[in-house]
Amino acid sequence: MAERYYTETHEWVTVQDSLATIGITEYAQAQLGDVVFLELPRVGKLLEAGDSFGVIESVKAASDLYSPVAGTVAEVNESLNATPELVNRDPYGEGWLIKVNLNGDLGQALLDEAGYRALTEGQSH
Amino acid sequence: MPYLVHAADDRKQMLDTVGVGSVDDLLIDIPPSIRSRELDLPDGLSEGETMRLIRGLAGRNRVFEDRFWFRGGGVYRRFIPAAVSAVTSKPEFYTAYTPYQPEASQGTLQAIFEFQTLIAELTGMDVANASLYDGATALAEAAMMAVVETGRQQVVVAGHLHPEYLEVLRCYSDGRGFEIRAGLDDVGADTAAVLFQQPNFLGLLEDAAGLTELAHRNGALSVAAVDPISLGLIAPPGEYDADIAVGEGQQLGLAPSFGGPHLGFIACRRDLMRRLPGRLVGSTVDGSNRRGFVLTLTAREQHIRRAKATSNICTNHSLCALAASVYLTYMGPEGLRHIADVSYQRAHALAEQLTAVPGIELAFPDREFLNEFPLRMFHVEQSLASMREAGILGGLPVGRWYPDLDGVMVFCCTEVNDPDSIRTLVEVLSQSARAVTVPPVASRFPEGLPR
Repeated sequence: MAERYYTETHEWVTVQDSLATIGITEYAQAQLGDVVFLELPRVGKLLEAGDSFGVIESVKAASDLYSPVAGTVAEVNESLNATPELVNRDPYGEGWLIKVNLNGDLGQALLDEAGYRALTEGQSH
Repeated sequence: MPYLVHAADDRKQMLDTVGVGSVDDLLIDIPPSIRSRELDLPDGLSEGETMRLIRGLAGRNRVFEDRFWFRGGGVYRRFIPAAVSAVTSKPEFYTAYTPYQPEASQGTLQAIFEFQTLIAELTGMDVANASLYDGATALAEAAMMAVVETGRQQVVVAGHLHPEYLEVLRCYSDGRGFEIRAGLDDVGADTAAVLFQQPNFLGLLEDAAGLTELAHRNGALSVAAVDPISLGLIAPPGEYDADIAVGEGQQLGLAPSFGGPHLGFIACRRDLMRRLPGRLVGSTVDGSNRRGFVLTLTAREQHIRRAKATSNICTNHSLCALAASVYLTYMGPEGLRHIADVSYQRAHALAEQLTAVPGIELAFPDREFLNEFPLRMFHVEQSLASMREAGILGGLPVGRWYPDLDGVMVFCCTEVNDPDSIRTLVEVLSQSARAVTVPPVASRFPEGLPR
């Protein structure tokens, strides 16, 4: 299993053969509550690290999604159209959002497991 | 409720609290030279005097009898059943300001839900919102939906769109930074939507299915601005696969009223639902499993999505929408078809009789129309004046918007124009045509030639 990295905006990313899989974290899904809708990009869209690539809407809020990496959208999780609750149920597995063909290396700004845990523990209440 | 001004004691107390001696002391930053001294207003009038004054002013309006209106152009005279005002004038509806709290406003929310259902059925679309301001803003909102949905920055207007709708569209496009083109040749990979009006501003039917196909072939959305009454006769946008249907709902039980308030409606395909502007009411069940109504999908809206919302509309024309709901329910599908058919028959009878008058012909003889049609007239100003003298409001001259249509007047018939009024109009224009004098031709002889 490839190592998982995180953003300060609560996305995660894993990379295998320069294909990055992106989702939102367990912490983020718990904070959002029931996810009811996702607006995701089209395949082929070019993203810079930090670009907003979509919107996630829960019963509580609508939030932008930010790309942890630079690259081209290769795949979008279509099953979320009918079952957005997969993001709540399995955020690191079936609830992934998009896959991106990396354009270069992972940025330096990403957090590792320990770094992200420290961030969320600081934010928990 | 009477307006109670502050008593002298109240004013003194407020001034003391602020720490100044008089109201003028509050205005010392404004140079005395530009301060107004006294408002030059006449003394107040009694209720009786006020009524007399207002009636006198109103009497200066030229009011044509309903059946002698032959002008449409976006606002129409139609028969409004008494049931409409009987329901809309109920204080529960009439005096409430857009109350959306489900625990307090089930009646209002249900009325809006019924309106949405009626509009969705009428247009043949999957979902309609709680209403917008008018047909023009509804069209502009639809253009924005298409721009956001496709990520493209250009919309193409096909055919003769209401010129005021175009102005509103321009106003929106300035703010949102999308471009408006007017030729079908411009439909391409950058086009977010093809917008058209059915029937168009001149009353002519557009090839709605063809325009929709053109839009789809280029990955654009098809946006139809439709006349709701016409849908009693012709295929609704859902049938020719349009993506968004909008329109002006004034004809559905609302008086022309100097141009407003009227009623915009907007409906779309299910997968565009989250791009819809404004309020949406949904049906649900409460804790005891009883049916109830609530606002739904509010995360689309500006108070949640902020700058990224498709639209800044967070309200609706509730009372006007209620009038439309009562009208449509009262008419039913059969009634609506009947109204549309009578209007069609009368307009075609009028067109036939008027084109028999010398100097009057159809401006577009090869095009089909429903109840509004453009005529090329012998003398626009003179014929309008002779109709006016006979108590008739003639057609709308459209030359001021379209120079190539100078001399063209768009006539309109609805069910209120009875056969007698049509006969009168034809007589007046026949006489006027006979009386038209040929203007003298200026002499063009070279100098020295005339004797």
